[in-house]
Amino acid sequence: MSHGLLLTFEITILVLAIFLGFEVISKVPTLLHTPLMSGTNAIHGIVIVGAMLVAGLGHKDTLTTIIGLVAVVLASANVVGGFVVTDRMLEMFKKRERREPDS
Amino acid sequence: MSRDVTNLLYLITIVTFILALRFLSHPTTARRGNWIGAVGMLVAIVVTFSQNAIVSYWEIAVGMVIGGAFGAVAARRVQMTAMPQMVALFNGVGGGAAALISLAEFHNLAPDPGSLKTDISASIMLSAIIGSISFAGSMIAFAKLQELIRGRPIVYPLQQPVNALLFAAVLAAGIAIAAGSEQQWLIWALITGAALFGVLFVLPIGGADMPVVISLLNAFTGLAAAATGFELENNVLIVSGMLVGASGTFLTMMMGRAMNRSVANVLFGAFGQLAPAAAGGAAADGSTDGQVRSASAEDVAVMLAYASKVVFVPGYGMAVAQAQHDVRALADLLESRGVEVSYAIHPVAGRMPGHMNVLLAEANVPYPQLKEMDEANSEFSRTDVALVIGANDVVNPDARNNAGSPIYGMPILNVDQAQQVVVLKRSMNPGFAGIDNPLFLNPKTVMLFGDAKESVDKLAASVKAA
Repeated sequence: MSHGLLLTFEITILVLAIFLGFEVISKVPTLLHTPLMSGTNAIHGIVIVGAMLVAGLGHKDTLTTIIGLVAVVLASANVVGGFVVTDRMLEMFKKRERREPDS
Repeated sequence: MSRDVTNLLYLITIVTFILALRFLSHPTTARRGNWIGAVGMLVAIVVTFSQNAIVSYWEIAVGMVIGGAFGAVAARRVQMTAMPQMVALFNGVGGGAAALISLAEFHNLAPDPGSLKTDISASIMLSAIIGSISFAGSMIAFAKLQELIRGRPIVYPLQQPVNALLFAAVLAAGIAIAAGSEQQWLIWALITGAALFGVLFVLPIGGADMPVVISLLNAFTGLAAAATGFELENNVLIVSGMLVGASGTFLTMMMGRAMNRSVANVLFGAFGQLAPAAAGGAAADGSTDGQVRSASAEDVAVMLAYASKVVFVPGYGMAVAQAQHDVRALADLLESRGVEVSYAIHPVAGRMPGHMNVLLAEANVPYPQLKEMDEANSEFSRTDVALVIGANDVVNPDARNNAGSPIYGMPILNVDQAQQVVVLKRSMNPGFAGIDNPLFLNPKTVMLFGDAKESVDKLAASVKAA
């Protein structure tokens, strides 16, 4: 695929993703806005893929690798923390009474 | 693995992320959705690892363990009341990662001048700028929420011109690089400048406006991730980043609407400084003539115990006092006496979108009792007692009646339509925005002064005795 064609293609999916995003997110009730926030937080942890690529590809100098590895650390914290914290929150939303272990 | 196969496998990840968001449309499916998203993320990581070109496996694995362990421990330990800080922190590290990726990519590609295609260098610049603004801005938001620095707006002379100049300089550096001036020092300057801008841009924003800022920074990190996708020609980054960008933008707009203020006003208005200029004329309904009546916990307890419908209106004060469990205990007591209890949640109550819902869910409040603003407002007229716990601006009738008030036009919870209003408040100090609240002077209102948690505990004890 030529570079120009690839770019056109990328812009197309970008625009489609915007519309899809608005469509899906407008259905999330205000009740769940905090989990939405932390859930999307976890999703942007996908930069870990980018971080792995820049850290992992053979480089001419070590500085690039080091910067890439720092990015890997940050992105991993983002991914793991984001999903775990969202899970903790969503676990709490219950429809009916339940026995109270804490408080 | 060929590039085509890799991209097809990344499609799995994209689908799982969309499903994760789709499942968030209902509390019963939301948790499953989150797991599906997590599995999708794992797929993306495994696929990336199995690319032939990847060499430094071990270093990456060690980095992942370090970062992952930090994330897991922080996410497990954090208290629900500290959730806004946590979200800001994870948001920041994501933005920081995007900026660093751009830095590394530029450092790696640029030594041969002219080797970068314009669109690639433009996306590198975008992701570097947005990512570092998001990183630094989120860290300041974190510091404000964690009360490491004061929450009130920090202002200095010529703030807006200075910020604008700095941003223009950052942008100029970005354009210079994209136009072919591939100097290494330029990108370092650009990243530092953007980070400084991120700091300066969040400093003047007050605590009550945090829901808007956090949503906006969330959108920024998403956009930075999408830009990273363009520089690495990677679809999963483009789509996922943009989904987050759309979500953050959507929430930012919703929060702005819930305050009846434009996003620009929130960002550049330095709202809620001490001694605001516009105290606004006298309240239109004339209730300012009234006096503040304070009541004892026993009086209020009797009022509650013999009511048939009580609505709790929580605000940031409940979060600060960590009173959510005590509130739930009081609600249980009232329910056992046959009182109908519900909770009225304003969209911007607290420090992030949905903050109150999460706290009350933590205290085991069943979510059907948590009413959104419109539904709650339709119920106040047949409510005996509205119990306002640490909320102020979101129940201020001036927003409805007094065109001179700085918050005029903001949709509020109409607690003054209830038969009686009880306001739990630390003292008579004006709320965050420094605006008078005629609700406190309303003849229907009684004040119960003190820490929210202690007051609620006293109420519960007295209800038991009643």
